[in-house]
Amino acid sequence: MSFLNLTSIQKSFGPVQVVKDFNMVIEKGEFVSFLGPSGCGKTTVLRMIAGFETPSGGTITINGKSQANLRPNQRNIGMVFQAYALFPNMNVAENVAFGLRVAGRPKAEVDQRVKEMLGLIKLDHLADRYPYQMSGGQQQRVALARALAPKPQVLLLDEPLSALDAKIRVSLREEIRMIQQQLGITTVFVTHDQEEALSISDRIVVMNAGKADQIGAPAEIYNRPATRFVASFVGTLNLIEAKVVDPASNRISIGDQGVTLREPLGNAKAGDTISLALRPEAGSIAPDAKGDTALTGEVISSNFLGSVIRTRMKVGTAVISFDMFNSPGLVPPAVGETATLRFTATDLLIIRD
Amino acid sequence: MKKFWAWGALIFGLLYFILPLVGMTNFSLKMRRGVYSLDAYAVVLGDPRFQETFTYSILMALSTIVFGVLLVVPTAYWVRLKLPGLRPYIEFITLLPLVIPAIVIVFGYIRLYNTSSWLPLTGTTTGTNILLMFGYSTLALPYMYRSVDTGLRSIDIATLTEAAQSLGAGWTTILAKIILPNVLVAVLSGAFLTFAIVIGEFTMAALLNRPAFGPYMQLLGANRAYEPAALAVMSFALTWGCLGLIQLVSRFQKGAQSPA
Ligand SMILES: Nc1ncnc2c1ncn2[C@@H]1O[C@H](COP(=O)(O)OP(=O)(O)O)[C@@H](O)[C@H]1O
Ligand SMILES: [Mg+2]
Repeated sequence: MSFLNLTSIQKSFGPVQVVKDFNMVIEKGEFVSFLGPSGCGKTTVLRMIAGFETPSGGTITINGKSQANLRPNQRNIGMVFQAYALFPNMNVAENVAFGLRVAGRPKAEVDQRVKEMLGLIKLDHLADRYPYQMSGGQQQRVALARALAPKPQVLLLDEPLSALDAKIRVSLREEIRMIQQQLGITTVFVTHDQEEALSISDRIVVMNAGKADQIGAPAEIYNRPATRFVASFVGTLNLIEAKVVDPASNRISIGDQGVTLREPLGNAKAGDTISLALRPEAGSIAPDAKGDTALTGEVISSNFLGSVIRTRMKVGTAVISFDMFNSPGLVPPAVGETATLRFTATDLLIIRD
Repeated sequence: MKKFWAWGALIFGLLYFILPLVGMTNFSLKMRRGVYSLDAYAVVLGDPRFQETFTYSILMALSTIVFGVLLVVPTAYWVRLKLPGLRPYIEFITLLPLVIPAIVIVFGYIRLYNTSSWLPLTGTTTGTNILLMFGYSTLALPYMYRSVDTGLRSIDIATLTEAAQSLGAGWTTILAKIILPNVLVAVLSGAFLTFAIVIGEFTMAALLNRPAFGPYMQLLGANRAYEPAALAVMSFALTWGCLGLIQLVSRFQKGAQSPA
């Protein structure tokens, strides 16, 4: 029996349906990210779990219990908001204690738990500070402690890092993941940042226009995008148009150069156009590069990005970009030069949708 | 040249405003022939009717404030949170007391709640006191509502409410522990204004025949020479004291809540 079940969830605001048949099963202790562009309905799904919105259809159960008739304050769900939402009239300790006080816990227990939570987020020394006296990162850690203090069944985070600067964003996401694993709390994390989702999740739900396009582990989502949308949204990816030459032997052509795919072409006919995806890091033009497949073309740009060199190459009408790791001896290809890109045929994915 | 006229206007305004005050204060100190004395003040303060009416008005002011806060804070909060479309209408209603004279309101009350009506509030002293408090609340409504509504604008009430709800809080807890403390300064400004209004109010108290401070001032003014001047100076000082306190609390809040 899974812990948090979302079954056929729908939500309409007036005539606009923003969540369409959303299904998700989350195990106890799992860290799941909802990843998708702004406006795709991530927050709406999260708010339905928390009870702030009522689904237009479908059911939500937590630990086997339907949430339909429970108000937000009866659900025992921890929530962290993008805007921190600390109570401005209370200091750090009072903020963290709020949920426990509301629940009527004895004072000794509250004090003990507040201390424990402040230890967890390493802010023991700021217990007396007020929210306006702290940085955004500190405030968000307090918000996390406040949400966790009453031992919620589920923790929901709605773009908790979006308001912070890049450096703190990275360190805080690792801290969130560590705390989550330490407590073993079932967590749903909403983000539009694919790197964030890939780096800390057990599983990712890629959302597109109110639906779950693909659900899977980070590596699965990244390496095997199920739809064109997932392929283009997660990571940078080359989408290459190719022509089917011989469906029986999986022969296709990219800019008149023949390639044999590993994946069966299904019911495509000779002459059909199909879309292929290739990750920029899958190939190399180094002379010693390995791979059973090669494409030759003209280098049209070459950008030094620090740890990698991103090169774009023209093969027929297709433009393919690929990354090579920088090394002191490496000479970046010059624009106008002809180069041969080698990669393994299994890295070429057929995108069907 | 422009500056000259600006200063001129300012000085004229100040004279227009201050000279009568100076004159009145001066006059209030001259009860004893030939020397300055506080005799008039001593007479006023020693008058049992002064003590009685002043206490009554202070008690009325305090109950009006409590009633006003209990009425306005939840209303303004709810309208902002759940019925933002209604805000212009609510605002319009709260401004009505500024355009409807108090005498109209109180005649309306007397007609509606007289001894032969369905709710004979004017039949008992307590009932009349309650009616007067409602009347005062109406007069204070424009100030109280605006003040609280502005205070609510400065915090993100929707998110704070949801944060509190997810931590298990119900509406009463949210209002008492989160909303009220965060608009306390606004509430206090509204409260001081209410206080100043109630202390000086004449029409309603006189027509409902309650022993309030306003009618007492009027009575004294009609019958004595020096004492009304002393009384006027005192109530003036009280009103300005209230305004000063508003300044003080709003400055206090700026100090406490300046964003980092
Ligand atoms: N209360 C609401 N009333 C009307 N439309 C809403 C409301 N909340 C969200 N929407 C709409 O629903 C869509 C999804 O919103 P949201 O769930 O916030 O997206 P996300 O969090 O993925 O950016 C958006 O188009 C948004 O405008
Ligand atoms: Mg959102």
